[in-house]
Amino acid sequence: MTDRLPGFSTLAVHAGAQPDPTTGARVTPIYQTTSFVFNDADHAASLFGLQAFGNIYTRIGNPTTAVLEERIAALEGGTAALAVASGHAAQVVVLQQLLMPGDEFIAARKLYGGSINQFTHAFKSFGWNVAWADPDDIASFERAVTPRTKAIFIESIANPAGSITDIEPIAEVARKAGVPLIVDNTLATPYLIRPIDHGADIVVHSLTKFLGGHGNSLGGIIVDGGTFDWSKDNKYPMLSEPRPEYHGIRIQETFGNFAFAIACRVLGLRDLGPALSPFNAFMILTGIETLPLRMQKHCENAKAVAEFLAGHSAVASVNYAGLASDKYNKLARKYAPKGAGAVFTFSLRGGYDAGVNLVSNLKLFSHLANVGDTRSLVIHPASTTHSQLDDAAKVRSGAAPDVVRLSIGIEDKEDLIADLEQALGA
Amino acid sequence: MNHDAYDDNYIRGILNSVKSIAMVGASPVNVRPSYFAFKYLAQRGYDMIPVNPGHVGKSLLGKPFVASLADIGHPVDMIDIFRNSSHIMPVVDEALTLSPPPKVIWMQLGARDDAAAEKAEAAGLKVVMNRCPKIEYGRLSSEISWMGVNSRTLSSKRAPIPTQGMRLSLNRMSVGGGATAASDRAAKNKSEPT
Ligand SMILES: Cc1ncc(COP(=O)(O)O)c(C=O)c1O
Repeated sequence: MTDRLPGFSTLAVHAGAQPDPTTGARVTPIYQTTSFVFNDADHAASLFGLQAFGNIYTRIGNPTTAVLEERIAALEGGTAALAVASGHAAQVVVLQQLLMPGDEFIAARKLYGGSINQFTHAFKSFGWNVAWADPDDIASFERAVTPRTKAIFIESIANPAGSITDIEPIAEVARKAGVPLIVDNTLATPYLIRPIDHGADIVVHSLTKFLGGHGNSLGGIIVDGGTFDWSKDNKYPMLSEPRPEYHGIRIQETFGNFAFAIACRVLGLRDLGPALSPFNAFMILTGIETLPLRMQKHCENAKAVAEFLAGHSAVASVNYAGLASDKYNKLARKYAPKGAGAVFTFSLRGGYDAGVNLVSNLKLFSHLANVGDTRSLVIHPASTTHSQLDDAAKVRSGAAPDVVRLSIGIEDKEDLIADLEQALGA
Repeated sequence: MNHDAYDDNYIRGILNSVKSIAMVGASPVNVRPSYFAFKYLAQRGYDMIPVNPGHVGKSLLGKPFVASLADIGHPVDMIDIFRNSSHIMPVVDEALTLSPPPKVIWMQLGARDDAAAEKAEAAGLKVVMNRCPKIEYGRLSSEISWMGVNSRTLSSKRAPIPTQGMRLSLNRMSVGGGATAASDRAAKNKSEPT
């Protein structure tokens, strides 16, 4: 008998979780503890030596967090995952496994402003050098490849403008260069796009956004696609060479197709330390149970709001890939047929001042620096998230001075449209 | 038999039915993958026999090393081969001379020899290649979930707390036998693992 394969919504509720072995509690308990007792000295040694499955200390792993990890690995179609304290922490931990000082990685220019800052400044001080490429010009990725290139990093749906990245040809560039493709899938979530199915090797998320979904908990995660051969040439010593921290274990040889997730845990999280709180893991897990329902509503509302704005006289243009007229609509239909997400930008005829005015006149939309909440959110990127970029870089990353970004929530769409209407007319 | 991806029920059937496992190439060095697997499978109640001519006279977790399969002296259910792909065939040839022969030939993660597999299958043995029995047992029991690994199984039943020597239920619902996993597709596209 061949097993039938459960669907996405079933996995969103069940994957990784089962009744608690001790109490029978059906909902995953919050294991709010720093540490776990060992059965005896041999058990302790087996755990520290990575020989046994089990818990040691919450900086390395925690049972509540493990449920979250397995659930997202299942939803993304990966082999394993590692949850960390934030989306930014996930990016650091991933690149620490791949780059040595003096190495390079290629990143799409259209990224969350915080990632552009992290790559340009913080990572530079580690000796990790970023080369920028244009996601609308695949050849620019090819041109950026050098012998020191160790990875390519893109967003599936790019913040802030909600543009859709053509993942497959970029995955092909990565394959030819012999480096992994890392996809930040935060704005799409696996409900809309599963990057591993399109050739990604590693997926990262800020769980802070749609996956947690309620604006209450920071978190990040790394998903191992299990697709990359780390030992093929000597490019990735963290995975292929004997590790002195573990008496000479070779991570890929020992852990096979989930070696990358293990490296992130035992060489990255263990030593760098950005552990997720078990409480946050619980909040995010609860959020994920309704991910399919929420994403449907987010996308439906976003499309209605985008259509309204596109027809409004005060609006110069709307960038929403879900609109048939949008530049990215073809890619949206290919990669995200269930919906083009709920984060997008539009520009106002009145420029910078009209943007500032609109934000202050809205009554239901909240003016804040986040996306992917049940509540609808608004921000003026040029003066906030992207303010540290110069004007040319602002325009290149989709955050020109006249641009306003929305993150559409799951309220009634009529109320969102009415709020925008009154604020645009005011 | 497709050896690029295995149905969970095939692996489950093997791990549920075998009781004794001879591990060819078992290492007494406690950072080698064979040591990890040997120790874990012993903990999960399998009767483990370490086979390695270089260590005869020593023992591994209380089990004396033997030099060859012929030296085991009693029937074994499964041979787990911790050798490179190029060293598989002689082990399979030797296994097929045993009387009775083992029921299963298992080649470790990274090891694959299709000709040896065909020969064993022709003699009525089951074959698994390029997998680790520890990982598969941990996955199907979901014990591996502690490490954030996708077990690709679900269960609404309360599991017991594992103790030394305890066999775990592998009878969970599979989320995908493997054929749908990107990692299996990647393994198939890769050149022969060594
Ligand atoms: C696409 C994307 N990636 C990464 C991040 C960073 O995540 P965190 O704030 O959880 O560190 C964000 C946050 O806004 C984001 O939108």
